Amino acid sequence: MSDRGHDGFLSEGVRRLGAVTIFLARVGAQSLPALARPRLIVHQVYNAGARSLIIIMLSGLFVGMVLGLQGYDLLRRFGSEEVLGTAAALGLLRELGPVITALLFAGRAGTALTSEIGLMRATDQLTAMEIMAVDPLRHVAAPRFLGGVIAMPLLNGIFSLVGLFGAQLVGVQLMGVDRGVFWSQMQSSVELRDVNEGVVKSLVFGVACSLIAVHEGYYAAPTAEGVGLATTRTVVASSVIILLLDYVLTAVFL
Amino acid sequence: MVVGIRDVHYAAGGRPIFAGLDLEVRRGRITAIMGPSGTGKTTLLRLVTGQITADRGEVQVFGRDVARLGARPLYALRRRMGMLFQNGALLSDLDVFENVAFPVREHTDLPESLIRRLVLTKLQAVGLRGAAELMPAELSGGMARRVALARAIVMDPEILIYDEPFVGLDPISLGMILRLIKHMNQALGITSVVVSHDVNELSSIADDSYLLSGGRVAAAGAPAQLRASDSPAVRQFMTGSAEGPVPFHYPAPDYVGQLLAPDEP
Repeated sequence: MSDRGHDGFLSEGVRRLGAVTIFLARVGAQSLPALARPRLIVHQVYNAGARSLIIIMLSGLFVGMVLGLQGYDLLRRFGSEEVLGTAAALGLLRELGPVITALLFAGRAGTALTSEIGLMRATDQLTAMEIMAVDPLRHVAAPRFLGGVIAMPLLNGIFSLVGLFGAQLVGVQLMGVDRGVFWSQMQSSVELRDVNEGVVKSLVFGVACSLIAVHEGYYAAPTAEGVGLATTRTVVASSVIILLLDYVLTAVFL
Repeated sequence: MVVGIRDVHYAAGGRPIFAGLDLEVRRGRITAIMGPSGTGKTTLLRLVTGQITADRGEVQVFGRDVARLGARPLYALRRRMGMLFQNGALLSDLDVFENVAFPVREHTDLPESLIRRLVLTKLQAVGLRGAAELMPAELSGGMARRVALARAIVMDPEILIYDEPFVGLDPISLGMILRLIKHMNQALGITSVVVSHDVNELSSIADDSYLLSGGRVAAAGAPAQLRASDSPAVRQFMTGSAEGPVPFHYPAPDYVGQLLAPDEP
């Protein structure tokens, strides 16, 4: 890539970061008034949260089961299978829960948000609202943003819970780790700090994913092609940002 | 005068769309704005509703300069306007009833029973009271436009703007929309602005008409006057002829020369 192309790529990145930040401020400013319409937000929590439940629970179960299997094999080499519960809990609560939930959220709820808002843009619905003297930022963007921010930590909680069940299923039922040891080890070594790390991560991911999804939809080119491209951008940008933020947040917490 | 446009210049993406546009919409009348595709008819509507601002010149609505209004007064101004979009622009997650009720719920605290009666009255006016529970996706193009019309009038606007209301309608729906525009104007006294290129339909209902071309008003007057115009450009548009000052061909190099030219690598 030539210097110029590199420069264009960089300035384009900075420009988009700036645009998203300004958008965050505008949506944030409309979020307080949007709280006056709790029904809209509840509806969006349902859309982003409840509708993602199946994929979240299924993935949580399988991730937990893999964790149980891998963890058991790894710990057995050191003769310390009994800490499987702790290992699975720490892995899920601090890392896998928030990250995988956010990645799944970006793929399931984020794309749905982007394409929905993008289609509203393409079919003049947002313009029609403006003409009806209704601010689409308040009525469309803010409730969806808030809904996503609220749904993410809840989904993360469910993911981690089901994941623990999956790890227990494999570790205890299949591999024969003692049930009492599994749970008591977990209870004694997992601290509130670890839980907090997961909650904070998923909150931050919730803000980032919802913001990207709503922003991409809101500014999608008002054509079928534009909406498709915006949806792709949502997944790509969300995934990269999640993993980047995950590193930063992990470093902060350690 | 409800809308006054004076010497408006506007360019989008370096391409000039308006260069010295002058136009006015008088109270209680149906004003037709016509012009070939790409003359900025929709841009004009966006100027009037304050979605964009002119590079130069002044757009006045209800005696106020739209470009100088802040967000709040602009929204207050928009509450006195209704607009019918080409595709209806109904909110896809609400049914027909809720779509019509939407502006009422947003802007008033009327009791539910009153909202219900208000919405049903407006739906009755466009003949779709029976479709109240359908979703927008279940409506035909003509029905969607009528629902959108009911929504546009539910707040009793003083001016109603129609963006290409006749495009893609079957003759029956088209006749209904025409009658409705006339009815809204005569029975409710709503000032109407109709933007379209359907000369014949417009001529039958418009009181005043403007023909846009090349970024300015090419001709103005009653539809009959426009028909009788001796300007070749106006005549070409009014009769839909391929011959005239508006070329059929997009600018291109010489036809025969291009066909006979050696193939480019």
